[in-house]
Amino acid sequence: MMPARTKTPKLVTVSMPWLAYATPWAAIMLASCLPLWPVIASAPVMPPFGYLMLLAWRQLRPGLLPVWCGALLGLFDDMVSGQPMGSAITLWSATMLALDVIEARFPWRNFLTEWLVAAVMIAIYILLGLGIANAANFAGFAVMPVVVAPQIGLSILVYPLVGRTVAAIDRWRLRRYRVAA
Amino acid sequence: MAPPVNRRTSYSRKAQYSTFAAYVAGVLGVLGGGAVLASSVFGHSAFGWMHMLAADVEAPAARIGAQTRAGAGSALDVAGGFLTSGAENARLRREVALARTRAIETQAVVDENRRLKDQLHLLSDTPQPLANAWLIASSASSTRRYATISAGSAQGVQAGMPVRTAQGLVGRVLEVGHGAARILLVTDTESTVPVRRASDGTPAFINGKGDGTLQVRLLSLGLNPLKKGDVFVTSGAGGLYWPGTPMAQVVTLTHDGAIARPLSDPAASEMVAVQPAWEPTADPTLPPPAPDVPPPPPKKPKAPKGTKTGKPGAAGEKHHP
Repeated sequence: MMPARTKTPKLVTVSMPWLAYATPWAAIMLASCLPLWPVIASAPVMPPFGYLMLLAWRQLRPGLLPVWCGALLGLFDDMVSGQPMGSAITLWSATMLALDVIEARFPWRNFLTEWLVAAVMIAIYILLGLGIANAANFAGFAVMPVVVAPQIGLSILVYPLVGRTVAAIDRWRLRRYRVAA
Repeated sequence: MAPPVNRRTSYSRKAQYSTFAAYVAGVLGVLGGGAVLASSVFGHSAFGWMHMLAADVEAPAARIGAQTRAGAGSALDVAGGFLTSGAENARLRREVALARTRAIETQAVVDENRRLKDQLHLLSDTPQPLANAWLIASSASSTRRYATISAGSAQGVQAGMPVRTAQGLVGRVLEVGHGAARILLVTDTESTVPVRRASDGTPAFINGKGDGTLQVRLLSLGLNPLKKGDVFVTSGAGGLYWPGTPMAQVVTLTHDGAIARPLSDPAASEMVAVQPAWEPTADPTLPPPAPDVPPPPPKKPKAPKGTKTGKPGAAGEKHHP
């Protein structure tokens, strides 16, 4: 039988690498589910939070999410969002590649340029999503783009807030804990 | 802000290859996604099981969300009720006294109605709901209009069954999981419901417009007979929705039809009832089709009375939405 330990446990500071790497993925997946719950909507009103979160993570921490993450995260988003399967896989993968190109072309950035880039990406994403969702239904397409105008506007306005949320999650992700060893 | 880390990955061959492989995987993601997308748009819902897997997983959390929504709504009502309770009480007392008399009269009418129907050997044409369920989630960020309900194959729900509230039709079941099902709302752009005007039976189709309103398309061309406030009920043509379910009310007229608003707004209804699918051929109250009748004498071409579909005798007419 071991003798009872009497000396005080030593405190060491540790970081959690698995938490640091898994957090962006989990946050984006949670954000994909977010539009489902608050309201039963009869029109597209909620911003595509999963996509906003992906853009925000990509802009805050370039290189943290691999280029191919768009396919996996997009697959999850397709399962919950109601878009045809494959829509987010394609668009999110293309977004990751496009952001890489933009970053290489314009390496210096500030708040306004990032917001501008994100606004353009969001508008293209929602409009392409609209076209994809109604691809099999040609009659309905002519009148539709007006329908998503409020959604695009709201998404662009809400994007800086998503950015702040991502920054807060990022600080939490990299926090170091003191544990007894 | 400073430019991000230089992406040139040193002289390490391994690092260079893994960067290259990541880009290849990214491009493959776009191409593979495109292939999946093409097969799900132009093929026929080979990925429904994935949606249902996700719906089943998210159902418990979403159910809490639905009940919170309902609770939040009633909490506001309670707060407002404190202010108006006195006057409301007096008014309700008077109404109850009146309603009691009316209820007795109605009961007598219902009894008589049932007796007469028994004599005519008519069955009730509104079915018992198969299951009651919560509307637990909806595709609020997509332009398609789907919702998830908290009943699935465990409750006997099957694809194609109509879903309604007390106010009117909400949609139909599209995919069924174990404890949850996805429904296509009537406001979706791919939803088509055969209807008739409640007042005179003018036949029409109602399509969703994707923004919460509905497009009424008349079957007969010519002068637009619709007026603001007209109510449409399902006609039962096509054999999916039970005839006589209230559906939509006209709000604005267009040159060849009208824009209508659904009577049961999915945003305002938490509880829905799933009805069994309606099959006109299996309805025992309909006369069997007579095989060897001579063709009817030619009618005048514009005779909407002939297409009145309150009791569709034409078991062969099939236009699935």
